[in-house]
Order: sequence, then C-alpha cells, then structure tokens
Amino acid sequence: MADLFIELFSEEIPARMQRSAAAELERAVMAAFGALLPAGVETFFGPRRIALSAQVAAEVAASSSTERGPRTSAPEQALTGFLRKHNASREQLRQEGDYWVLEKSAAAVSAAALIAGAMPGLLRRFPWPKSMRWGGSSSFVWVRPLRRIVCLLDGAVVPFDLRDGADDGHGLASGNLTEGHRFHAPGAFAVSGVTEWRERLTARRVLVDAEHRKQVIAERIAGLATEKGLTVMDDPGLLEEVAGLVEWPVPHLGRIADEHMDLPPEVMQVSMRVNQRYFALRTADGAAAPWFAFVANVQADDGGAAIIAGNERVLRARFADARHFWDLDRKTRLDSRVPALDAVTFQAKLGSQGDRVRRLVRLAETIAPLVGAEPADAARAAWLAKADLVSGMVGEFPELQGVMGRYYALHDREPAAVADAVRDHYAPRGPAEAAPASPVSIAVALADKLDQLTGFFAIGEKPTGSGDPYALRRAALGVIRIIRENGLRLHLRHLLSAAGADEATGQAVFAFIIERLIVQLRAEGARHDVLSAVFQAADDDDLSRLLVRTDAVSTLLQTTDGADLLAAYRRAANILRIEDRKDGPHTGPVDAALLHEVPESGLAAALESVGHVTALLAQEDFAGAMALTSRLRVPLDLFFEKVTVNATDPELRRNRLRLLNQVRSVMDQIADFSRIEG
Amino acid sequence: MNPDAPSFQELILRLHAFWARQGCVILQPYDVEMGAGTFHPATTLRALGPKPWRAAYVQPSRRPTDGRYGENPNRLQHYYQYQVIMKPSPEDAQALLLASYREVGLDPLRHDFRFVEDDWESPTLGAWGLGWEVWCDGMEVGQFTYFQQVGGIPVTFPSFEMTYGLERLAMYVQDRENVYDLDFNGAGVSYGDVFLRAEREYSAYNFEFADTAMLSRHFADAEQECAALLDRKLALPAYDQCIKASHLFNLLDARGVISVTERASYIGRVRTLAKGCCEAWVAGEG
Repeated sequence: MADLFIELFSEEIPARMQRSAAAELERAVMAAFGALLPAGVETFFGPRRIALSAQVAAEVAASSSTERGPRTSAPEQALTGFLRKHNASREQLRQEGDYWVLEKSAAAVSAAALIAGAMPGLLRRFPWPKSMRWGGSSSFVWVRPLRRIVCLLDGAVVPFDLRDGADDGHGLASGNLTEGHRFHAPGAFAVSGVTEWRERLTARRVLVDAEHRKQVIAERIAGLATEKGLTVMDDPGLLEEVAGLVEWPVPHLGRIADEHMDLPPEVMQVSMRVNQRYFALRTADGAAAPWFAFVANVQADDGGAAIIAGNERVLRARFADARHFWDLDRKTRLDSRVPALDAVTFQAKLGSQGDRVRRLVRLAETIAPLVGAEPADAARAAWLAKADLVSGMVGEFPELQGVMGRYYALHDREPAAVADAVRDHYAPRGPAEAAPASPVSIAVALADKLDQLTGFFAIGEKPTGSGDPYALRRAALGVIRIIRENGLRLHLRHLLSAAGADEATGQAVFAFIIERLIVQLRAEGARHDVLSAVFQAADDDDLSRLLVRTDAVSTLLQTTDGADLLAAYRRAANILRIEDRKDGPHTGPVDAALLHEVPESGLAAALESVGHVTALLAQEDFAGAMALTSRLRVPLDLFFEKVTVNATDPELRRNRLRLLNQVRSVMDQIADFSRIEG
Repeated sequence: MNPDAPSFQELILRLHAFWARQGCVILQPYDVEMGAGTFHPATTLRALGPKPWRAAYVQPSRRPTDGRYGENPNRLQHYYQYQVIMKPSPEDAQALLLASYREVGLDPLRHDFRFVEDDWESPTLGAWGLGWEVWCDGMEVGQFTYFQQVGGIPVTFPSFEMTYGLERLAMYVQDRENVYDLDFNGAGVSYGDVFLRAEREYSAYNFEFADTAMLSRHFADAEQECAALLDRKLALPAYDQCIKASHLFNLLDARGVISVTERASYIGRVRTLAKGCCEAWVAGEG
C-alpha cells in the first residue's frame, strides 16, 4: 500500500460549499482510482482548501482478457468498428471458429502513473455548484481561483499539470507546497504527507479539520459565556457556517448596548445571525443577554480589543437602523396601513396587494367555520395580514414579513389569535417550518395559498419543469400539510370555487395539488401508486379521506391476502381485457342457473356477501371495506384454479366473464388496482 | 477619533498612490450620473475585449432611494465609491487588496479581515461575477469580484474589480459613527460641511419633486438616442445615453411610480441598451 495525499489550495471557498466539495473529492477519487482500491479515506475542508488522504495499492496488476468480435464473414465495416471501439489493431486479432477474437492485455500500471493520468480530468470535471474563470485565457475553472495543487504518493510528488493543448491551465502543476494562515504565517512550505501537513499547518495557525474547528468554537464560546454566567443558544447551522469562515478560530464576546435590548428577538436575530454570523446568548433565566459571541480568524496582538470594538460598532449601527424602524412603525396603526397596499403591485394581472387582501378576507371568512375559527377573527387577520409589507422594518428586512405584523398587531391591541395569524399565515414556508395549528391561522394560511394558486393558474402562470417563479409548488404543499397535519375535512373544489376559480382553473389547481401530494408521498417513501389508484377510483377532493383510504389499501396490500388478491385481480382484469376486445363488454347480471361448478357458485356467493362494501365505503369505514374485500381472495383463487373461463359453451363463457367483471367492479370501487405497482 | 487616521481626502490620495504603483491609470470621476462605479466606461466597456487594462478612480454614486434628508448617520443618496479594475486579474489580487487596507491604517494582524461569499450580478448591465464581500471586524469594507460576463458577453480575460465604499471605510478608520462628522481635509472641514445641504435638497428632489412625466420622457429620449448612436457604431456616446437611462430609472423608482412588473421591463430595456453598447465597443476594438 502507498499513502496518497491531495490538497487543493484556493482563494476563499464559500462556506456552504466546503463540506460537499470534500465529499465530491472523495467520490471522484473513488471513481477514478477505484482500481487502486483506496482505503482509509479521510477528507478535510476549510476556507482555503479541500484535501484527501487514503491508502492505495502501489499498482494495478497486469491483466489480459479476450473479447469476441464480429463473424469473419461480416462486412469489413463491422470489423473496423469493433477495432475502433476497443482501440485495437488488426494484429491483436486471431480467428476462432467463425469469429474474430481480440486478445486484450493491459500491462501493470503504477499508482503514480494512474493518478497522474487521471488527476487533470478529475479536476477539470469537478462539480462545483458555480465555478469561474480567472486570470489569463485558460478555460480551467474552479469555485474561486485555484492556487496550488499538492499531490503526493508516499511523500513523492505525483507529477502532472493542467495544460491542455494551447491552454496553459493557469500554469498549475502538482507539487508539495502549501500555505499556512494568510496573516500569521504567510508564504509557502513543503509537506510530505497528511500527518506532517496537519502538524505543520497547526503550527502555522490553520486547523485543517472542520469538526475540530467546530469543537474549538463551541467550547471556547461556551467558556466565555460561562464566565459571564450566560449560555450560548444552540445553533448547529451557524456553527457549521462559521467553522467554514475561519482557519484559526478565535472566539470573542461583544456587548450589546442596553438601549437596544427591547428590540424584538427576531429583529436582533436577523441582524446578528443572518447579517453578522453572531451567536446569541441567554441569561440563566433564559432571557436574551446583552452580549453576543463571534469568531475571529486572527490572534490579534492587542488581545482582540480592536476587533471586539469593531464588531460592537457594526452591530450598534445595525441595531440603530432597526430601532429607527421599530420606533417609527409603531406610531402608525397596522390597519391604517392597509389602504397603502393598493399602491403595491402583487402581480400585474392579479392587481395590487390591496386587491389581494380583499380577496383573502372573503375567503378566510368562508373557510373559518369549516376549521373551527371565528369568521370575524379570520376576516380581521386576513385584512391585516399584508399590512406590514408597507412598514419600514419589512422594507428593510423583508425576511421579517409576518413577524413584524404580529408585533404591530399586538401593539395595536388586536386579539392574540388575530396577531398570531398575521405572522403564521405564511407558514409553512419550507419543510423545517411547522404548519399553523390554531384555527384562525389555519383559515388565513389556507386562504393565502388557495388565492395564490387560483390567481396564478387563472392567468396561465403554472410552474414548468424548470421554473416555479411564484413558488406555487410550495403553496400547494402548504395546503397539503395544513390539511394533513390538522386532519382537516375540507372539500378542496368547493374552496377553490370560493377562491374565485372557474371550473377549468379549479380543476387544474386541484389536479396540481393531487400531483404534489403524490410527489410528497413518494418522497416520504409511502405508496404513492396506491394514492393514484385510490384517487382514480374515488375522485375525492377531501384529502384527509383520500389519505385514510390510501392507508387502508396500503395496509391490505402488505398482507398475504392483499398481495394474492391483487394478483387475482390482475388475472381477472387481463382475461377481461382480452375477451372484451373479442365480444365485450361483459357487463350484466350473472345467471345463477349457469353456475355449474362449486368454485363458481362459491365466488358468486362471496360476491354477494361483499356487496355492502359500497355501504362501508360510503360510511368511510375503509378498514372494514378492506377486510370485507379480502374475503374474495380464497374463492377467487379457487375459481381460477378449477374453472375454465373460456368454456366452449358460449353461455357458460359469458356467465363466467360476467362473474369476473363483477369482481373487478367491486374492487374498482376501492381503487384502480391496475395502477398499483409491484 | 483616531488622531493618526487619514482624513477623507487623504484616504483617497493614499489609495490613488497605492494603485498607481500597481500600474493603474488614475482616472477622474465620469461626468454622467450613475448608481455605481461599475457603470463607468473604464470598467464596463474596458472589461471586454482582449486588451490588458488597469485603472483606478473615484466615482460619485447616486442612489436616489437611499436618501434620508441628511438625518440618517449611515445613509446617503450620493456617496463615493473607489473603484479598481485590473484585466487580466493578477495572481496576487487578494494580497494587493489587503496591502491597500494597510495603506489606510488597517493592520490585518490587529483587525479581522475575511473574504465572505458574495456573487455579484447587475441585471441592468447584463453582468455577473464571483467574489466576496471583504469584511473587517464584521463590517463590509469592500466588494471583490472576478468578472465573468458583461453586457451579456462572456469576458475574454476575467478582470479583478474592487469597490470600496469610501465613506464607510473612512468612518471606520476615523472611528466616527456619523458620516457627517467625518474629517474631510484634516483642517477643520467636515463631511457635513461639504454635503449635508446637498443630501437634504436632493432627498426632497428625489422623493418629492422630481417631475416623473419629464423623467419618463427623458428615459424614452435616452433610449432612442442610444439606439440611434449604436446604428452609427458610436459605442461611447451611445453608452452615455445608457447610463443616463439607468439613472433616470433609479429616479423614477425613488418616486415610487414604478410597479413590480414595470420594474422588470425598465431593467430589461436598460439591459438591451447596455448589451448593444458592449457589442459595439467590442466590435470597435477589433
């Protein structure tokens, strides 16, 4: 075995891309050097480098194989094509029977040769989310300029460069030089392998291991906080990002001026976390502390005094901006802002935000009684829902829409349920956000999304394969989640028509929601094919009922009875498909007098006993309906085993086909089983 | 106030001296109103074509919507950008940039300099590039971009573009929390002495009194003139009209008379002009 070490040293890599880049490097190495059986792979990533170490075989052993070619009698082109495909010449061929046979032999390849040959291509094809050109005319791209390539095998440089014809590849070639901390240890130095690399970089104030950096940050911030009797708000996403912004983490605490401590926590959060990547701290009793934690990348000679003063100053300016809007906004009542929405375009063809609010009021009022909300509260919340869009704070920090509306509503002494709905009517905005659960919020949130879907579908702005500029998929998924997570019983078609959809638009939106539901079930690993089958049988616009029914069918199919019944159904459906083409359809009553054989009358009797499945479905006793239907399984199997459907007597044949047709009809009430996979 | 800190004008002079040493031609501000230093033809047009180019200049940047009648300590409708362009981008662009901060008194072993992801895009110029916000102690003190496309045209050689917000940088090195308190010349003149009245009057003009019907007409005129000049292959005069159209759009925007959809259409119209000018420029460079 030999020790392979690769480091790709560049200008600063965006923090969010580093981890996946290291994973891509590992994937690419495993694919390109698979023949060297890489083992013990370890990857590293940070602001200026991604790296990988592994043990690899010293060589790929020599091998030989044979490949059968075209017949000797085949036209010349066939042989030429075969040789081209295998990059071989005529001399390597011998005749074996009527065929040409190619003797392929591969000489042993050293690991160094294989790696040197594969690396340029691997780097050229590296899948950065977004890459760029720089400097001269080279077409070699990287996430930001790539400055050095270290590639070592047992300490020796594996030689290759990035030249490609006339392209100079930025003059980049593999070597053994890397760089330490940009300010603490400028200049290049040589390394011979991963262990030395790690040690010498640590001495040059670079911690190469992201997990190590995260640990250092978390521990030191916690330590600093403890000294002040504070705790750090847990924030794994921020920790991950910050660890990607520093090579040598030096945490500090900064002070928040007391006069800003009454700002809403979400406002402080936007400034601190989103804009500045600061950690929030809490006092012992859980309240927001007048301190923040941040991480510098340099061990300053004044102990960080200038850095702390600078960061405090930045936050002070940001909070002063926010405070200006917070104080100003509360001087105006939220409901007096509503008329200003008439001047804000929602979408050219769909009118202003004011128009939209008037639609939302009507729709939320209609939905309210169906979800247990007071219609007047839902109407009031809908009326106020968009008013914060014309507030100063939301103009400055658009991500605070809804959140600020709630604060301003509470300030105006609106009922709490109304204020909550102003905030929560946007939810859920993504998988991480909870769907609203209180009735008024549910009413307005549904109104918001149904109006959005109806409006955009009506003007022909449906999402396409590549684009969904108005986030309609998210809106549809929001409707689905609100209904599912609250177990709501709603008739979507009715609501869509209340949202102003004409029949065609309502149908299109409804089909779109069902399509998203199927996609969602698939993503959850559930039986989306069962949902399709159930939906085909019962064109139901009550999603909750559809899902209960789907669950019941899925449960049945998981049993042996269910699987066998499905098989028998398919057999019946196949026979009918073929026979119906000859002289079908075979509808009509079964003639009891023609049921000569025991399994025939058995099946007929079973069908009779299953007759009230229709009633059970109507009562929404889906489990009961499934249990009942599964009783068909034994008689049906027996029928297929003992009875010849295509009897020579045409009367008998017709009667038996009718029997099967009834089986299919009964089962088709539950689901279109022909759509079920597996 | 840091007594050793450079005055506002001294800061500019130090940057001029530094970038002149790097082989940049030191240009004066372009005499057409614009929203950002990138619009200067020395950047937009010169970023295209194969000829090497290095320039540095101060450009007054007008952002009508950012006016605050002189009442906000951090916001101005007229401020200065210091702009550097080097084509092709040099190997040591990052190091040069950091050295320039040292020139104005910011030591990277005492302050925390960072390159934080920031993809730059100008929809009106049909331009984009990748780079960073440059942070000093948590504050953005500049934008660093490797141009990839300008006027819808992929660049022949990527340029390094650096934009410093001069007022913000000066506030930091002078340790001032109000822009109007900046020491302008080291001899008793403050930034407020020079600009406070202008901020008040222009804010009133931008938000209240600009004649929107006239601005719309001027926009159409500039658009028409630009197209006519492009027919004559006069890239530079045509481009002046493009910059004017862009600024007129910004004024209309500040008056709040442009709806969301109209906005997209205005941006598209300016982009069409910019694209035409860039194509004409490249064609004329042979």
